[in-house]
Amino acid sequence: MNGGQDLGGMMGFGPIAIEQDEPWFHAEWERRAFGLTLAMGATSSWNIDMSRHARESLPPAEYLTSSYYAIWTKGVEKLIVAAGLVSKEELTRGQSLSEPAPIKRVLKAEDVPAVLVRGGPAERPAERPARFAVGNRVLTRNLNPQGHTRLPRYARGKMGVVELVHGAHVFPDANAHGQGEQPQWLYTICFSGRELWGEQADPTLSVSVDAWESYLEPV
Amino acid sequence: MNQHHHDHDDHSHLSEIELRVRALESILVEKGYVDPAAIDALVETYEVKVGPRNGAKVVAKAWTDPTYREWLRADATAAIASLGFVGRQGEHMVVVENTSDEHNMVVCTLCSCYPWPVLGLPPIWYKSAPYRSRAVLDPRRVLAEFGVYLPETTRIRVWDSTAEVRYLVIPMRPEGTEGMSEEALAELVTRDSMIGTSLAQQPEAMR
Repeated sequence: MNGGQDLGGMMGFGPIAIEQDEPWFHAEWERRAFGLTLAMGATSSWNIDMSRHARESLPPAEYLTSSYYAIWTKGVEKLIVAAGLVSKEELTRGQSLSEPAPIKRVLKAEDVPAVLVRGGPAERPAERPARFAVGNRVLTRNLNPQGHTRLPRYARGKMGVVELVHGAHVFPDANAHGQGEQPQWLYTICFSGRELWGEQADPTLSVSVDAWESYLEPV
Repeated sequence: MNQHHHDHDDHSHLSEIELRVRALESILVEKGYVDPAAIDALVETYEVKVGPRNGAKVVAKAWTDPTYREWLRADATAAIASLGFVGRQGEHMVVVENTSDEHNMVVCTLCSCYPWPVLGLPPIWYKSAPYRSRAVLDPRRVLAEFGVYLPETTRIRVWDSTAEVRYLVIPMRPEGTEGMSEEALAELVTRDSMIGTSLAQQPEAMR
């Protein structure tokens, strides 16, 4: 969706605030928000694409004025309500009002190292050969889906070149909406700065995105 | 009241978001979905155990061991895993190498994708709108904000990590470092130099 998260090419946010010797967290609540987001993710009640979509479908004005871990918190709240694990009323009241719903698993402290080592690989066996090869010229499609997508606005309808072929990866646009993983070939597509930004772009600039096969058309 | 970590807090002084997160945790714990000790273990992992020293070891090895550098080019995930850096948000690694002709820089314009096993959690600026918006549009000026001024002839290559592939920049090895040990070289490798918003430090800067 064309949401507040799709920031590439926007202007007016001001200088980059670089913090020397930045701590990993800036407040205790950030630690808890981080940990509970990962712990709830480990319950397998949703997948990473659903998780990203929950954050990115916040209204743009809210997304852009919320701090990073506030966005995570709001995302988890949306996910637990959508999954039927917690009711809206419980969130409003700040307390549990009913019996817990069945849950696939609960992450135990002793399992944390193994779960993090395992991670969540996104590559899947390819069901068909790749449509494109390194060096092929491609056109990104001008897609504006209502749902989740990982093709940024600035890279739609642009000519690029296949630079890397990564294998078949879980397709977020489907997986975010409970439609299964529907793996597709994933490519790194490189564009010239001029193709993306016009003739005033830095002539030495090139930018790539990682794009799934259905984002691309042959040229 | 949850006494786990908050015994120094007074409820009346908590901000709205602090109250919101506290309420959320207490509901999730009460329902048995979350073990608070698991939250502690997750936080401790990324606050104490994982960080950019991991990536610096990868870079220093790449600088000193041509065979390892070739392995990184061919299969970065396996080469990095051989040093023990694996897992979440580093499942599919690619390394990109800076040269005097081309400078690589990494961003996630859509969220905050970042190679956790080698760099730890991202700094705020990496996740912020100013960086995410301009890194792909005007990286030379972004680099200037980091105090990096590249020759106009150096090409700039920006990698927007829009999928589950994670990119690690191998900065250029500073001049005057011949004969330095891998451990000493790793000290020159900053977090930002592995994102591409900085260069590796000169040995003089260590004094």
